[in-house]
Amino acid sequence: MTELAWIDLALTSARPQAMGALLRYFRNLDLAEEAFQEACLRALKNWPEKGPPRDPAAWLIFVGRNSGIDQVRKRAKHQPLPPEEVLSDLEDTESDLADRLDGAHYRDDILRLLFVCCHPDLPATQQIALALRIVSGLSVRQIAKAFLVSEAAMEQRITRAKAKVGAAGIPFETPDAVARAERLGLVAAMIYLVFNEGYSAGAPERADTPFCAEAIRLARLLLTLFPSEPEIMGLTALLLLQHSRLDARFDADGQIVLLEDQDRSLWDRALIDEALVLIDKAIRHRTPGALQIQAAIAALHARATTAAETDWLQIDLLYQTLERLQPSPVVRLNRAVAVSKRSGPEAALALVEPLAEKLSGYFYFHGLRGGLLKQLGRYSEAHEAFDRAIALATTPAEAAHIRQHLDCVQREMAAAEK
Amino acid sequence: MLYAVLCYDCESEINAWSKELDDKVMADLGAVNQRYAEAGKLGPVARLMPTTAAVTVRKGATDDIIMDGPFAETKEQFLGFFVLEAATLDEAITFARELSAANPANGTYEIRPLQFFNPGVPIT
Repeated sequence: MTELAWIDLALTSARPQAMGALLRYFRNLDLAEEAFQEACLRALKNWPEKGPPRDPAAWLIFVGRNSGIDQVRKRAKHQPLPPEEVLSDLEDTESDLADRLDGAHYRDDILRLLFVCCHPDLPATQQIALALRIVSGLSVRQIAKAFLVSEAAMEQRITRAKAKVGAAGIPFETPDAVARAERLGLVAAMIYLVFNEGYSAGAPERADTPFCAEAIRLARLLLTLFPSEPEIMGLTALLLLQHSRLDARFDADGQIVLLEDQDRSLWDRALIDEALVLIDKAIRHRTPGALQIQAAIAALHARATTAAETDWLQIDLLYQTLERLQPSPVVRLNRAVAVSKRSGPEAALALVEPLAEKLSGYFYFHGLRGGLLKQLGRYSEAHEAFDRAIALATTPAEAAHIRQHLDCVQREMAAAEK
Repeated sequence: MLYAVLCYDCESEINAWSKELDDKVMADLGAVNQRYAEAGKLGPVARLMPTTAAVTVRKGATDDIIMDGPFAETKEQFLGFFVLEAATLDEAITFARELSAANPANGTYEIRPLQFFNPGVPIT
């Protein structure tokens, strides 16, 4: 690894802790970001010469805090900066001091940093963009590219999100157990959003966006901070399981390959094994949660060596548990898939039909409904459902997949007419 | 003489590696291993899963204490390890508790699943 690449990795991995501490000092996202940027610039200058500090995060916090304070003073009094030597000659004793100052807080610092990104006033896309910019340190260009918008538009979106967060006030009191659990839940949901943005990007050329890997890194970070939270184990396991199928999800032409048709030898065993251990760990706590159950469902798919060996009975039961915990038409729709495998298309269709009103704008509703009708030989109704699905497809791969179904239905209809 | 060579690094940095970098590091390490394996000198090689997958078993006043996460104290030293094939985490925990019961000292047993394992060549 080149020196620059090494420093870049050290800065990336220290970022959440350092940004979290700087946000606590300055109580302002922009100021904390500027201070961190300045500390990074100095690291790039200092570390190659003097060697890496023992604790990069503590070093960055110390240098960032000093440079941030200078900025504040400079703006307040319009006075020149103090000489560089005063700040840049940092010894390990000072790093230790910064470490002591911050060690006690660092868990809540990082949680707060993640928490400000999931403010309820922010739409999902802004939460995702803000987290990737502030916590992960992805460049605006990288984020813009993944969202298929211009850099300027993304810059504006992030600026607006920061303004909204700032206006709402960042919570600086140390949270009590209840507030911490609430924050943790919201942060877990936000990390899942980040993952899904990458996962549902749809085509392999967009699947290489760093969102999925980044979400997994954030989930692992959260689990390091809260090692006994079964839902965070569930979240991490769920993301690992979804990500393990990355290489199998698209064919050479970029078309979607359905779970049941995927080449399971392409699944990443290391990620699956890690997820299975996390699920085992979570189960020991005996406090089921929505993320744990979703992970357990994904694990049943991962454990099946072939699609035919999938334990649909268990999956149906897990979806029923999930429905009790978190009733939603989308969960019911997913359960219908398990039911169709267990009891056939008719039983599944009976579950799906009552969802028509709530899910009329949902691609997967029409896709699944069309599929079930097709299995039942009700081709003209299937055709209609697929037509609706294709109109709601958000990626070319989704549309192409439905197109295949439509072609098949049309062939059957033509054959029936003869 | 047999030697164990242990690898230490900052996990949050390793977690920030791209898949390409991780694969390359494993391949480069594998090339070094290969030479020693061909000379009949290399025993088992293992890479542990992230510490987030760890569970730690410690003796308590009345019963064993089983904690999520890795062993975090620094006043103890790393003394030895076992590699066990277990179908479930609970089975591994049972094994660790038996070890703990058989050991009069108050040591801790950290259970870390393996991400990569190469049994190596027979060595004496």
